[in-house]
Amino acid sequence: MSSSTVNWFRYSSPASFFPLAGKLVPWFAAAAALLTVPGLWLGLVVAPPDAQQGEAYRIIFIHVPAAWMSMFIYLVMAFWSALALMFNTRLSAMMVQALAPTGALFTFIALVSGSLWGRPAWGTYWAWDARMTSELILLFLYFGYLALHAAIADSRRADRASAVLVLVGVVNVPIIYFSVKWWNTLHQGATVSMTAAPKMAAVMLTAMLIMTLAAWFYAVAVTLLRVQAIILEREGRAAWAGNLAGATR
Amino acid sequence: MNEATLRAAPLADDSAWGGVSWALARDLKLALRSRAELGVQLLFYVIVVTLFPLGIGPDPATLRALGPGVLWVAALLASLLALPRLFAADFADGALEQIALSPYPLPALVSGKILAHWLATGAPLVALSPLLALQFGLEGGEIGVLVTGLLLGTPTLSLLGAIGAALTLGVRGSGALLALLILPLYVPILIFGAGAVESLRAGLVPGAQLSILAAALLAAIVGAPLACAASVHIALD
Amino acid sequence: MSFGDFIAMGGYGFYVWGAYLTTAAAIIVEVFAVRARLKDARRAAEEGATR
Repeated sequence: MSSSTVNWFRYSSPASFFPLAGKLVPWFAAAAALLTVPGLWLGLVVAPPDAQQGEAYRIIFIHVPAAWMSMFIYLVMAFWSALALMFNTRLSAMMVQALAPTGALFTFIALVSGSLWGRPAWGTYWAWDARMTSELILLFLYFGYLALHAAIADSRRADRASAVLVLVGVVNVPIIYFSVKWWNTLHQGATVSMTAAPKMAAVMLTAMLIMTLAAWFYAVAVTLLRVQAIILEREGRAAWAGNLAGATR
Repeated sequence: MNEATLRAAPLADDSAWGGVSWALARDLKLALRSRAELGVQLLFYVIVVTLFPLGIGPDPATLRALGPGVLWVAALLASLLALPRLFAADFADGALEQIALSPYPLPALVSGKILAHWLATGAPLVALSPLLALQFGLEGGEIGVLVTGLLLGTPTLSLLGAIGAALTLGVRGSGALLALLILPLYVPILIFGAGAVESLRAGLVPGAQLSILAAALLAAIVGAPLACAASVHIALD
Repeated sequence: MSFGDFIAMGGYGFYVWGAYLTTAAAIIVEVFAVRARLKDARRAAEEGATR
């Protein structure tokens, strides 16, 4: 292999990725914290109240980033699942395992914040609109992955079975969303989408983007921490694990 | 032919159609031998459908409004209940491993098994649904759309469910786990199947919904056996 | 805007702060849980190595 070729597989062993992850975590955590401050400042203080929803719309700075992250993380899980099945790499499967709880958490936050936003804005905590219902089903997909992985004793089989599940799920997510959207318009249940944003002034848009970026940095930091734990849990009996665990403390 | 011979793996031939017909014939013969078990599963469908009016009240207008949804949800649950029998017995006694090792391509064998499974569990359900629809006060045209939808939808449920059944083979608590994994995937079928009847009630032709169900079935026929065969390999390794 | 107004959020305080505080709580719980998990995993791995 020529020296100018990037060796993508250099960090693909859990042993070599472990210290790299440890070094990256503080940077991503710091970035998340630093971005949250101006994001909250812009969203809670600087941005003006909305003409129709007053101050209640400020939930959008939590709800939209959480919803975007919940879907993005599932896509990233699908990416690592495909790699895990194609190259049979343990670390790829460990990344899926590390991402899932954070993805589920963001989905939960999106649902709670959306529900709390719905009450003042449209009079009801839950209106069965297309996006919220699809988000709820996404939460079931996350739980399904976690349940399947936990239920299978052999970790290799668990990795591969849940990778298949994620890929089947990711194909179905747009289909589910499309069908739920159709269902909602047919029944005219909610005439207004619960997540229809008010007309966005520039400062509102900026705040939302900053919070989304903060959420992304946070997700990376937590996922890297969790994958370190998973690496040690699963490779714990290997000779290098004990030394690495102590050395990189 | 005794049980052992019937369940033994094939030796000759490696064609896809050969695999489908071999698995279809085998599983249908096995299903015929467990008619009582299949009858119980069909009875489950009837009981679930009967529970809804008992919970909601006998008002005809309410029942008529809820009927299509109830019949579809019950069909989903009945389909879920029947899924484990697709692979469980073969997995338990090692026959599945032998089948996977046979010269027939595994996706073809799996397709045959799923078709046999639907004929034994889904088709009777579809045949019974007009009677149950009458209990909810559905009328002729509505019943026709309901049955067509179930006819197109229940095979898709079997195909998608088979993937889940293969993934959860031999896993503790697989019944409830299977439901968690598969029901979200069933949602579009439910929406378009029940929605077709709603559409008819609104005065429209339910062509779009039924076409989508047909398209979903075709996509499932192509994709599900491959995913299911991969899942069987994962479970067996 | 006074601090009182900030908390009241035009009467929607319960909803807005409910959302923000639930989110903060969820994040804090996750961070603590992951760090505890990593700590336990480190200890278990070190004990395994010195056996």
